[in-house]
Amino acid sequence: MTPRNLAVVTAGLSQPSSTRLLADRLADATKGVLDGQGDPADVAVVDLRDHAHDLVNAMLTGVPTGDLRWALDSVSGAEGLIAVSPIFNASYSGLFKSFFDVVDADALTGTPVLIGATGGTPRHSLALEHAMRPMFAHLRSIVVPTAVYAASEDWGTGGGTRALTDRIGRAAAELAALVGGRGAPDSTDPFADPTPFSELLAGPE
Amino acid sequence: MQFGVFTVGDVTADPTTGWTPSEGERITSMVRIAQKAEEVGLDVFATGEHHNPPFVPSSPTTMLGYVAALTERLILSTATTLITTNDPVKIAEDFAMLQHLAGGRVDLMMGRGNTGPVYPWFGQDIRQGIPLAIENYHLLHRLWREDVVDWEGKFRTPLQSFTSTPRPLDGVPPFVWHGSIRSPEIAEQAAYYGDGFFANHIFWPKEHFIRLINLYRRRFEHYGHGSADQAVVGLGGQVFMRKNSQDAVAEFRPYFDNAPVYGHGPTLEEFAEETPLTVGSPQQVIDRTLKFREYFGDYQRQLFLMDHAGLPLKTVLEQLDLLGEEVVPVLRKEFAALKPAHVPDGPTHAALVQAKDRTEDTESTDNSEVTR
Repeated sequence: MTPRNLAVVTAGLSQPSSTRLLADRLADATKGVLDGQGDPADVAVVDLRDHAHDLVNAMLTGVPTGDLRWALDSVSGAEGLIAVSPIFNASYSGLFKSFFDVVDADALTGTPVLIGATGGTPRHSLALEHAMRPMFAHLRSIVVPTAVYAASEDWGTGGGTRALTDRIGRAAAELAALVGGRGAPDSTDPFADPTPFSELLAGPE
Repeated sequence: MQFGVFTVGDVTADPTTGWTPSEGERITSMVRIAQKAEEVGLDVFATGEHHNPPFVPSSPTTMLGYVAALTERLILSTATTLITTNDPVKIAEDFAMLQHLAGGRVDLMMGRGNTGPVYPWFGQDIRQGIPLAIENYHLLHRLWREDVVDWEGKFRTPLQSFTSTPRPLDGVPPFVWHGSIRSPEIAEQAAYYGDGFFANHIFWPKEHFIRLINLYRRRFEHYGHGSADQAVVGLGGQVFMRKNSQDAVAEFRPYFDNAPVYGHGPTLEEFAEETPLTVGSPQQVIDRTLKFREYFGDYQRQLFLMDHAGLPLKTVLEQLDLLGEEVVPVLRKEFAALKPAHVPDGPTHAALVQAKDRTEDTESTDNSEVTR
């Protein structure tokens, strides 16, 4: 069978990036669950840092320069999406928002999404719930119940580490269940299968 | 194959001098550019229609009527005429009048307009863009073909026993192109009527336009107007030339970098890579334009955007000299050599009159289905 397409969007700015680290762990965990179900997946990682200038170009002109076209196509064509941003000023980063502002409005309709975020302090964890989840609701995506937030202390030693791992596992299982339960992708292509003119002439309603 | 220029009519400061033309100077320049297009042997001049600053061409048939009096063989067209916010009755009248004054040297391109506020200024709503384009054009199509029209639709007051005057010249309506950069519905519309489809691909990657044009060609055949490769396709283009390509890049760069539409974004090189923009020697323009045919098939009309972003009139006229002397003669020869015999030439009034006479000859014996 053809492997599932998963896309990862990560908006970390530093290198190495803890946001990328979290994104990779979420992707590995999801892939692991799908593999275990005999449903292998390919993962395309879109590291937004590499596309920052192209994103501004696309916002100004509508023309996706450089590799941005590839990044947009990877996300639009994904059967499941993992989206991870650092939390800046109580919300996802501007770069993260810019990317999803450039993605086609309907591209993520019905797509299962796992959301994650990183930050210096656990006090910003609800940004996932009050900022990122509503954005994907607007895009008519299906966001899994468990959102994964990793603060600096979660990467350290102690009891917190286990909690993060458990949370990653739970979120990955939720995403894998939605991706694995999907039928064939909706193949309505208005270019391959246009609305006949008689229907256009009859008008809406 | 027809070659020409299309203009948006923007009033933009020249970034190298800071000089901004007045509206009057810009309008006069557009007329001069149209005259020059004929002088250098181009076939078409097309003006945009805009109703907001910094654009001046709000009244295309007024301008084209004036140009008609100054020219002899140039085809006068639009890019685009707003089928959403103009009353189709007025479009029918204005362009039929222009046809008579210009001796048939008229066609027009339908467009929806993507500036939200313009719609309410004319009593419409951008959310109804596609339904407006479909209904209004359906009425326009009838007004030019039926002497007396009874009509009722969703967007306009009904018509009872209405005759649009003057009737189209020689009983042949102006050829219509439908312009779209995004919507498969408009490609379907163009195909249904057997009209032309114009893809102004200057801001989009070619893959998207290949899908759009292929859809139009396939549906053109489906609706019985001919084979897919006989569908009538027009393309946009955008060039700046000097004999020496480095000179072209150096001279055009400040205009590119500060252009209202794409300035302060991608570099000239990035933009030229992703779009049809060609800045270089006449030979580079020839090579790039011939590539369009490889992507989109044999096509009938190529329009170039030459006067924008604050380029001075003198420079634009020099560009038209290069286009007319060094580029278009070569392209005409190359395209003609490549075009199969069954693929139609660019549409002209004379050709439409001939086609009509042929149809009437066959109809007099076989009165079958025709557009009604």
